[in-house]
Amino acid sequence: MIMLAYLTSPKFLRSALPGASFAFLLLAIFYVQPNAMSYFGLNMMLQYSVPIALATIAQMFILTVNDLDLSIGAFVGLTASIGATLLADTPLLGVLALAGAVAGYALLGALIHWRNLPSIVVTLGMSFVWLGIAVLILPTPGGTAPGWVKSIMALQLPFVPFPIVAALVIGIVVHLFLMTSSFGVVLRGAGGNARAVGRAGWSLLRIKVLMYAAAGLFGVLSGLSLIGLTSAADAHIADRYTLYAIAGVILGGGEFVGGRVSPIGAVIGALTLTLTGSFLIFLKISPDWQIGAQGAVLIIVLALRALIKRREA
Amino acid sequence: MTHVRQIVEKPWIWSFVGMFLVWLATVLYTGGTGATQVITAALSFATFTVIVGIGQMFVITTGPGNVDLSIPSTIALSGVLAMKIMGGSDAMLAVGLGASLASGFAVGVFNYMLIRLLRIPPIIATLSSSFLILSTAIAYGRGLKIKPPRMLADFTSAQVAGVPILAVVIILFAVGMSILLNRTLYGRSVLAIGQNMRAARLAGIRVERIRFATYTLSAVLAAITGFLLAGFSGGASLNMGQEYLLASIAVVVIGGTSVAGGKSNVPGIWGAAMFMFLLVTMLNTFGASAGIRLILTGIIIVTVITIAGGDKPAR
Repeated sequence: MIMLAYLTSPKFLRSALPGASFAFLLLAIFYVQPNAMSYFGLNMMLQYSVPIALATIAQMFILTVNDLDLSIGAFVGLTASIGATLLADTPLLGVLALAGAVAGYALLGALIHWRNLPSIVVTLGMSFVWLGIAVLILPTPGGTAPGWVKSIMALQLPFVPFPIVAALVIGIVVHLFLMTSSFGVVLRGAGGNARAVGRAGWSLLRIKVLMYAAAGLFGVLSGLSLIGLTSAADAHIADRYTLYAIAGVILGGGEFVGGRVSPIGAVIGALTLTLTGSFLIFLKISPDWQIGAQGAVLIIVLALRALIKRREA
Repeated sequence: MTHVRQIVEKPWIWSFVGMFLVWLATVLYTGGTGATQVITAALSFATFTVIVGIGQMFVITTGPGNVDLSIPSTIALSGVLAMKIMGGSDAMLAVGLGASLASGFAVGVFNYMLIRLLRIPPIIATLSSSFLILSTAIAYGRGLKIKPPRMLADFTSAQVAGVPILAVVIILFAVGMSILLNRTLYGRSVLAIGQNMRAARLAGIRVERIRFATYTLSAVLAAITGFLLAGFSGGASLNMGQEYLLASIAVVVIGGTSVAGGKSNVPGIWGAAMFMFLLVTMLNTFGASAGIRLILTGIIIVTVITIAGGDKPAR
């Protein structure tokens, strides 16, 4: 009886929601298309979840400190463009350029904190800057991904497909850092009650710079993993990632304010979003409805969460 | 002197100063050729940004976290819907406009429903709904190549002595919206909610009703933009709304409206929309590449918000 009470408690339902929505979608796909239930099927369906999961984690870092990043898609496009040109041709210059991009993100965090700016407007403006630089580096779609990036993304692991392992590793590493370390508590605290964290002697500026730098780093990883799959780049290659990343965090149970985020949830959210696309293909529904279905999944999950919240109150 | 000071203290004056400087730089560079044509073009194109900008301004005025991200997809849906229904026939003009307005109204109601029923931040609500709206537009408008009715195309591109008729109409409309914001119960309520929602509620303002009206207004204005823009550019396309997400927010901010809410003005939207267009024209005249244009546009927006920002939400 206690077990049952626990299983139906709002707290449990809340934390189980991301995993449950993912499992539900996966079972629905297996039901419609039993062939998908194989190593290669899963690999095919989920390969693009790696760059999306990385971009989602980047967005999650920003949301942790109560900001929102509307430029992550353009930024991933930029790092993909750098990866397929500079990094492939002159590796040293490429690494410097990517480091510069991360530093740019860190500076953005400093600027937003210093002037107390609305992150939405700043990042919306910056999305033009990232896109502009990407267009200068790569005016027409093309370039080639460095060989080592491609071979990492083409990795064939025994038993479990690479995208699933990669997603798990990403989720667990960020979880250990942000959710279990004492410094992670401070970082999330800055989103929950910035004034209290500031009074306790932590530099809010440093926290914000760190979170933006972390977002930049994961943006770089997202761009590189993306060209590892596509092998060529385009300045606009990741335009949709801005929306995907926000949706991924929310699907994964992250709250919009207050530093309530979940790295593993965010990764599951990214996987769910990727699966939605595959599900439509298996149902032979026109890809026109792909983003619509993703929006619908988002709304359904939010509605379920609202129901759970009502019981909490 | 007091007159001068009064004008300088208006937050919207800077967008007009910027607009004039950018225009002057362009004209000096070309040696005076095209000085008036540039203004005509700026008036024509700024019109569309102004309409969505006004809707976005009302939404932003209601306080931090209030932004309508569904504007681009609403523009696309309304444009596609109207063009398909009218099928290029003048006789169907009123029906097309009606359908377009209805689509905007429906989007507004849907957005507000999500905000209210799911208790989610407006950004997430309008983001989720924009997915659905855009998908509907894509599915409905696949391979759509329908010319707008003759009358609509003529009306949206008509000029008298270099002054676009549509721009004049929208200037009058902006005056009306300015009165709505500053002189009516609705407008004053919007400002009050943006300054302090709790206080506004305690003062007896029907906060939820006002927010509903605001999100609906924004969506309807986006729909009108889609209708007019499709007429102006010879038909609807699915990505015709894309650039208006940034533009609608940028003109509000550059125009001197506080992003923290509760402090807004309409004239600045016109100044900022003209400024944005003239800026791109100037960079084009200087021979800047697409990449440089994008970078400078972004830097200017970030610079403006950096200078204007710093005001904490009043609490």
